[in-house]
Amino acid sequence: MSAITRMASRRRVLKGALNGGVVTLGLPFLNGFLNENGTALAATGQALPSCFGTWFQGLGLSPGFWEPKEAGVIREMPMQLKPLEAFKDKINVYSGMRVFLDSHPPKVHATGAIAVMGGGIPDDDNGAFPSIDTLIADHIGTRTRFRSLEVSCNGQRFAYSRKSASAANPAETSPMALYQRIFGPDFQDPNAADFTPDPKTMARKSVLSAFGEERQGLMRELGSEDRSRLDEYFTALRELENQLNLELQRPAPLDACTVPENSEEGTHSMVIDHAAADNRLFSKLLAHALACGQTRVINIVFDSAGGNLRTAGSPVTFHIHTHEEPVDPAIGLQRQVAWFQEQCMMALNDTLTALDSIREGDGTVLDRIVMMYGTDTGFAKFHSVENMPMFTYGGAGGRMKTGIHVPANGDTTSRVGLTIMQALGLPVSRWGTESNDTSRTITEVMA
Amino acid sequence: MINFGRPRRQRTTRRVALCAFAATAMLAADMSIAADEPLSSGGEPVVRRLLPDQYRNIVADIFGTDIEIGGRFEPDIREDGLLAVGASRVSVTGSGLAQYDAIARGIAEQAVDEKHRALLMPCVPASVNAPDEECARTALARAGLHLYRRPLTDEELDLRVNAATEATKILGDFYQGFALSLGGMLSSPQFLFRTERSEPDPDYPGHHRLDGYSKAERLSFFLWNTSPDTELLEAAASGALHTEKGLLKQANRLLASSRVEDGVRAFFEDMLHFDRFATFSKDAAIYPKFTNDATEASREQTLRTIVEVLLTDKGDYRDLFTTRKTFLNPLMGSVYGVPVPKITANGAPDPWVPHTYPADDPRAAGILMHASFTALHSHPGRTSPTLRGKAIREILMCQHVPDPPGDVEFTVVQDTENPVYKTARTRLEAHATEPMCTGCHKITDPMGLAMENFDAAAGFRTTENGEVIDTSGSIDGKVFNNAVELGQVIHDHPAVTNCLVNRVYAYAAGREPTKGEGEWMKYLKSTFVENGHRYPDLMRTIVTSDAFYRVAEPQTQDARAK
Repeated sequence: MSAITRMASRRRVLKGALNGGVVTLGLPFLNGFLNENGTALAATGQALPSCFGTWFQGLGLSPGFWEPKEAGVIREMPMQLKPLEAFKDKINVYSGMRVFLDSHPPKVHATGAIAVMGGGIPDDDNGAFPSIDTLIADHIGTRTRFRSLEVSCNGQRFAYSRKSASAANPAETSPMALYQRIFGPDFQDPNAADFTPDPKTMARKSVLSAFGEERQGLMRELGSEDRSRLDEYFTALRELENQLNLELQRPAPLDACTVPENSEEGTHSMVIDHAAADNRLFSKLLAHALACGQTRVINIVFDSAGGNLRTAGSPVTFHIHTHEEPVDPAIGLQRQVAWFQEQCMMALNDTLTALDSIREGDGTVLDRIVMMYGTDTGFAKFHSVENMPMFTYGGAGGRMKTGIHVPANGDTTSRVGLTIMQALGLPVSRWGTESNDTSRTITEVMA
Repeated sequence: MINFGRPRRQRTTRRVALCAFAATAMLAADMSIAADEPLSSGGEPVVRRLLPDQYRNIVADIFGTDIEIGGRFEPDIREDGLLAVGASRVSVTGSGLAQYDAIARGIAEQAVDEKHRALLMPCVPASVNAPDEECARTALARAGLHLYRRPLTDEELDLRVNAATEATKILGDFYQGFALSLGGMLSSPQFLFRTERSEPDPDYPGHHRLDGYSKAERLSFFLWNTSPDTELLEAAASGALHTEKGLLKQANRLLASSRVEDGVRAFFEDMLHFDRFATFSKDAAIYPKFTNDATEASREQTLRTIVEVLLTDKGDYRDLFTTRKTFLNPLMGSVYGVPVPKITANGAPDPWVPHTYPADDPRAAGILMHASFTALHSHPGRTSPTLRGKAIREILMCQHVPDPPGDVEFTVVQDTENPVYKTARTRLEAHATEPMCTGCHKITDPMGLAMENFDAAAGFRTTENGEVIDTSGSIDGKVFNNAVELGQVIHDHPAVTNCLVNRVYAYAAGREPTKGEGEWMKYLKSTFVENGHRYPDLMRTIVTSDAFYRVAEPQTQDARAK
């Protein structure tokens, strides 16, 4: 059986589960639009919906330096999380979690990343399970112009976001191109005084709808594996139609929505300063996109699994440092590695700052999103997938408590994903495959 | 008129006048093409997403070479060593389709503008402000034939005409409405996916073959990397492609065209992983000469060399690893330390000039010593004998090098300031004494170490940290002392020949050979060897075979219904 068939089968199973085939634990869908206090209200009087995001960085952090000392409320940020000090009350730390390899040969750097983002380990290189963001986007992203938005700060187009082995969401690498996609000519300002549907959009929708009618005839010509690929195409077509439909409707006013200035092009390179600059540009645009109701799911890749970033003029990449640099016995850390990790946390701080700087009523965009940190190793020096650094940021619109450290020694990283999905109202009772399958919600952080 | 006589892009290499003699001889031999060819059961028809260069070539063929294609395509994936095989696995995502849609609308808007419309439209609408179904039908049918690589069905044509009509009514502009329907075709699955169709073979009852249009598609994409031209489509429509004479005529015509260079370039770009150049860079502080322009020129240098050896000289494929001939421009000359005079006026592109290294030049070691290999398979600021050796094993020999295990101590490998281990060889040897590492490093490192005279940006060097670089080694019992001798070992290695044949067939068929094609693949390899490892002959054997068009019984809903 080919990987596509396997993927498709699993996907169907998951879709079945999401349609209620498995015990439903999630909150009713409409609650997804209400926050805890009902204070972050849109101008229409409706509560603003919760959102989801991922922020990915290769090579993780250094074990022993990112875990708070005590369980429960985080009173003091550990050394490697100091750059996030301003967000101590909006972060959750989950320590001691691991990826179970079962019988899969470890593909260094790839396996950990895929398992954290997809809840399990596929059998072949390009095979993959649906990543958590696509499962969530299928649930909360169907009524926004963009089901999700993916960006990458190091010039690589891979976003760790995929629906199946054959459908990986490409990352945008140019901030200027992202600006055009979101705030270019097709953007409908929700706060504009006048609204006139664009005839060209109407004509485009009419053409797309017509082409969508060919689905059945084309499916009949194909074998089963290719039918699932074509099915993905027509799903994409419906998403595009949906996007045009939304552009033809007067959007609900959103007080916090402002259109940012046109973005700079960015540098899309693997020099860490450049990646950090691009991350700032992207984060600002994505924060505005969330505030303007353009999407509810964002994926940011600061650096890929395996860590390709480097400093200008140095022949040694972050990755090479993790393997070659001796641990300094005086501090118990690899100094250069720790420096790169600090830069990554500073970049993450930039993203959180961008989300937190847009106020919506009494809260901020960060308050109604939940971001999941993703990485590939727990200790890059040895390619370990144990003690993976796992974090969430933001309270999902009051659906998650924050400022908490949960030690979860020996548990699968899938618990974090499952908890987020349930907090966002997805009707799922378990997530993951093989030993990375779990039905154990992290109740300590559920509001 | 649909423009199939488009001017080719300017190159200074000689045009290929390919195998005219062989073509004539083959035609004269008449009907002998399958005489000694073993039976093949074929594989399932495949559905391939167009690769970006194929998309670009088709657009240039149909709408004009000056049409700008804005936006970015969905990333491709590599399967079994090839993007062309990965294309049979990928679909389209929501954000990917939004980008295809934006690209398609951009193309369609240019295609109907006043400058280009005459090329596309065989008619003038009765009114530019109102629908003209007849004119739209004629133009969409004609463009559709080339975009879909087959005639549109009545239902397809009706739907596209109606879509243009409705859009024209909304917009009050014939050309804008027409462009939206045309753009819809450019982002429809019939265009974006090459869907092969099969039919029962009347000559072999109980067996299936590709239908005529699918045959034409395989021929054209393999040999020219674009969709079939008018003559090939006519041969498909008339059934001529199902006759040996008709197939030979078209195969020889395509092989004799200068456009076969596009097909050869496309295959080697894929096989040699040149897509990695899109995200490749060297550290500007360490290698200031290796600019973005040098990245592009590296790729071009190797492709020119390949075309020269394989097509112009009709040489032995294996000579790619030993040839002293290449092409240089002033920029690449500076990378390698070979003076190349700059003879053009300011602003004009630098010319590529043929260059032959002297017989005793240590750099005269074929395409593996080009920057497209030595720099591509290095880190941004330092070499990696392991990466280079791994690339030779995987790319040129089709062998799989296992991933490194977890829990490895690498500290010594890359510590270039280590006072004891001054060269990459001594560092790697220290690392590879670890028992769990030895096995794999033995199969990768010796070849990579032989290339250590080329730094991470392809510059030539004889020392590292003041110590003379030792480039000797052996693989599979064959000894070499330097890169030139390594080139000869690779030239003679049977895995290199077998790998090429496998890759070429998989590239052309969009999938790995099946078990039922085992005898056919053996035949293909032996024929390639008997023909002196001539690449054009390999292409010819494939496209004139029965096996290439043989398919297993399809498992479609339609087939099952029948």
